[in-house]
Amino acid sequence: MPAFAAEPGAAVELSALDIVLWGVLPYVMVVVLVGGLVWRYKYDQFGWTTRSSQLYESRLLRIASPLFHFGLLAVIAGHFFGLVIPMAWTQAVGMSQDFYHFNALFVGGIAGIGTLGGIILLIYRRRTTGPVFMATTGNDKTMYVVLTGAIVLGLWTTLASVFEGEHGHNYRETVAPWFRSLFIFQPDLAAMAAAPFSFHLHTLVGMALFVIWPFTRLVHAFTAPLHYLFRPYIVYRSRDRDRAGGRPGAPAGRASNVPARRGWSAVGTRDRDTRNR
Amino acid sequence: MRVMAQMGMVMNLDKCIGCHTCSVTCKQAWTNRAGTEYVWFNNVETRPGQGYPRRYEDQEKWRGGWVLNKRGKLVLKGGGRVRKMLGIFASPVQPELKDYYEPWTYDYKTLVDAPLGDDFPVARPKSLITGEDTKITWSANWDDDLGGSAEHGHLDPLVEKVRRESEDKIKFAYEQTFMFYLPRICEHCLNPSCMASCPSGAIYKRVEDGIVLVDQDRCRGWRQCVTGCPYKKIYFNHKTGKAEKCTFCYPRVEVGLPTVCSETCVGRLRYLGLFLYDADAVTAAAAVTDPQELYDAQMDVLLDPADPAVQAEARAQGIPEDWIDAARRSPVYALAKVYKVALPLHPEYRTMPMVWYVPPLSPVVDLLRDQGHDGEDAGNLFGAIDALRIPVEYLAELFTAGDAGRVTAVLRKLAAMRSFMRGISLGNDPDESIPEAVGMDGQSMYEMYRLMAIAKYEERYVIPKAHVEQAHDLEEMGCSLDFDGGPGMQDSAPFGEASGRPVPVAVETFNALRDRQTSGSAPGEATLRGRVNLLNWDGTGSPPGLFPEKALFPEKGPEPDTLAAAEDQP
Repeated sequence: MPAFAAEPGAAVELSALDIVLWGVLPYVMVVVLVGGLVWRYKYDQFGWTTRSSQLYESRLLRIASPLFHFGLLAVIAGHFFGLVIPMAWTQAVGMSQDFYHFNALFVGGIAGIGTLGGIILLIYRRRTTGPVFMATTGNDKTMYVVLTGAIVLGLWTTLASVFEGEHGHNYRETVAPWFRSLFIFQPDLAAMAAAPFSFHLHTLVGMALFVIWPFTRLVHAFTAPLHYLFRPYIVYRSRDRDRAGGRPGAPAGRASNVPARRGWSAVGTRDRDTRNR
Repeated sequence: MRVMAQMGMVMNLDKCIGCHTCSVTCKQAWTNRAGTEYVWFNNVETRPGQGYPRRYEDQEKWRGGWVLNKRGKLVLKGGGRVRKMLGIFASPVQPELKDYYEPWTYDYKTLVDAPLGDDFPVARPKSLITGEDTKITWSANWDDDLGGSAEHGHLDPLVEKVRRESEDKIKFAYEQTFMFYLPRICEHCLNPSCMASCPSGAIYKRVEDGIVLVDQDRCRGWRQCVTGCPYKKIYFNHKTGKAEKCTFCYPRVEVGLPTVCSETCVGRLRYLGLFLYDADAVTAAAAVTDPQELYDAQMDVLLDPADPAVQAEARAQGIPEDWIDAARRSPVYALAKVYKVALPLHPEYRTMPMVWYVPPLSPVVDLLRDQGHDGEDAGNLFGAIDALRIPVEYLAELFTAGDAGRVTAVLRKLAAMRSFMRGISLGNDPDESIPEAVGMDGQSMYEMYRLMAIAKYEERYVIPKAHVEQAHDLEEMGCSLDFDGGPGMQDSAPFGEASGRPVPVAVETFNALRDRQTSGSAPGEATLRGRVNLLNWDGTGSPPGLFPEKALFPEKGPEPDTLAAAEDQP
């Protein structure tokens, strides 16, 4: 175990549990998330979809889904602002702690409540609309529990600081340094351990969400079609992949004769993609 | 000039009897799966009628296709890229299941299982979506044959428009009504708005034959294509969460077979063939200002395959010689551009559709006959077409963005053809004045008659095969087609008949179907390498192996030795 820098939360005694939760688990989470995404992208392109239920019901979805998704985008932006940007930077540009706090509460609170309202409405719709409920899998239900849990706990940490006011916990001195330290592989466990229980719980449920992410319908977020803004409207594809944009009848180019690997077959017709090459 | 080949279809609406065989066979072939219960890649609508999904032609509501913006540039009616992205979380105008219909089945089991009682057991309708009892209120062809038109007829968006513009000319009173059938598949447009709407870029047009397909692996279920397609021919599979559409039966077309809907069409009203077109000119053609000039613009995009300059350019672009030859013999090019009797469906959507329609003359002929006139006399017919403004205006809304003159010209050609050929059939000298009246000559009118009335299988479907050197890329095939003589049967493999790789199903089907079309006997006889293939058996004769050979069962009971010996034989 490396010696941990004794900075803000140096007084806190580190337990083995702290080390596992804040030193090991985040990396396990990243491995599962990235590995899971790579695996699913390679082997389950066909299952990689939003699984939209708009065909069954549109009226509630039209309100709830944008509310939830746009709220979530704001929440993600808020997390970025709070966790990634160091407090020293915001102070350097002259943003007072009070002003930051007010902003975080006001904007964060609105985004959080919007997101929560959106997902409650979505779950209500899912439960009460017959066809939508029929199309809900066990996987979906687990995902909804974790997702809603993460949102509720996150909102709790935000609202709690409203009531605690001046004495509220400043997560930018505990959670945020720990979060940033994870990226340089020197996790500041002491800082995180000093954070209150509500933040711990929110972080853990958040990590659970990322762990199940690749294996649920949430994956659609990772293929947000940003390239649509730049691609040409009309897409041509050649049947023969070796001559994309080529013409029929031109000499067929058989590419390198890569033998098919045994075991798992990647997405696509094995015959077409591998065996005949 | 960038010459590209495009598979196209022409449907002669005069011949459509509305039997829905195309829809049924298409559904059996492509959409008999969970999640596509409500999906009909091919559907037949009775017009006037609301169509399927209901009122899909009301683009002010559904916002499909393209429009010109203030600067005259082509933009998606549903909104630009940014707008589409903002609407991605809940597609703003996506038809719901109720706009199609709630698919159902019947509880047939009750008929068998019901305990003895005083009442007859009933097979209740059950929703295929919820599994609950349901009340059937609509279907893909609920208003078939004008069923309920007195009540629903005014809901047809085209009827609404024509009524607005010509003061209540379309009536649904029994004596005054008219109707015809409109079979619809995906238009495989040159300028597809579904493709332009797809955020994932999963919808693509094949370079080789212009068939528009959805890459099921790339599709993420954003559903913008459903909105984008003005013909509403992209469907959302609610089980897989992916978009699906008519495939132009590409596995069949690749081996030279017509699509299932064409193959099974009872009226033989469908024609398949190639267009050569200038891909660089498409966008400009789709952006002409006056919607009524879109037809001409589309005509200009289609290139003359008999023109040596076009041929040379096609060769330079790598289009193989047999494809150029097929384009020269293309029946769809002949009907669309040479005779100019086939019209595109809703050119005003600016998608450059590639499924064309010969408008129906029959309502006119029927009406003349009912009124006691000679329905096939040229003079009567010409007069009636002009006088009968009702169908012409309606047809114009369908096929020419409201240009009634163009539809009249086509109908006059069809009427002239009937009169001209009737004269010949009656043994009179050909009356050249009739074709002249519609700007044709006797010879070309006779050729048009041959193509439209008595063309054989090979003339109606001129489908060049995909090339053998590309065959390894054809979907479904586990092996290449480079057997002896290209796509051909091998009766024996090096190590006996079961050895080697199996013949691809498409090849087997291709040969079996060719047998059926060209011979009177049962297909597949003696060519199936000892297997029984009931897939292609149409009830004519009996394929070998269906019944045990009689010699194996001598009358006086089997002798163990003979039977054992017989079993050893393959």
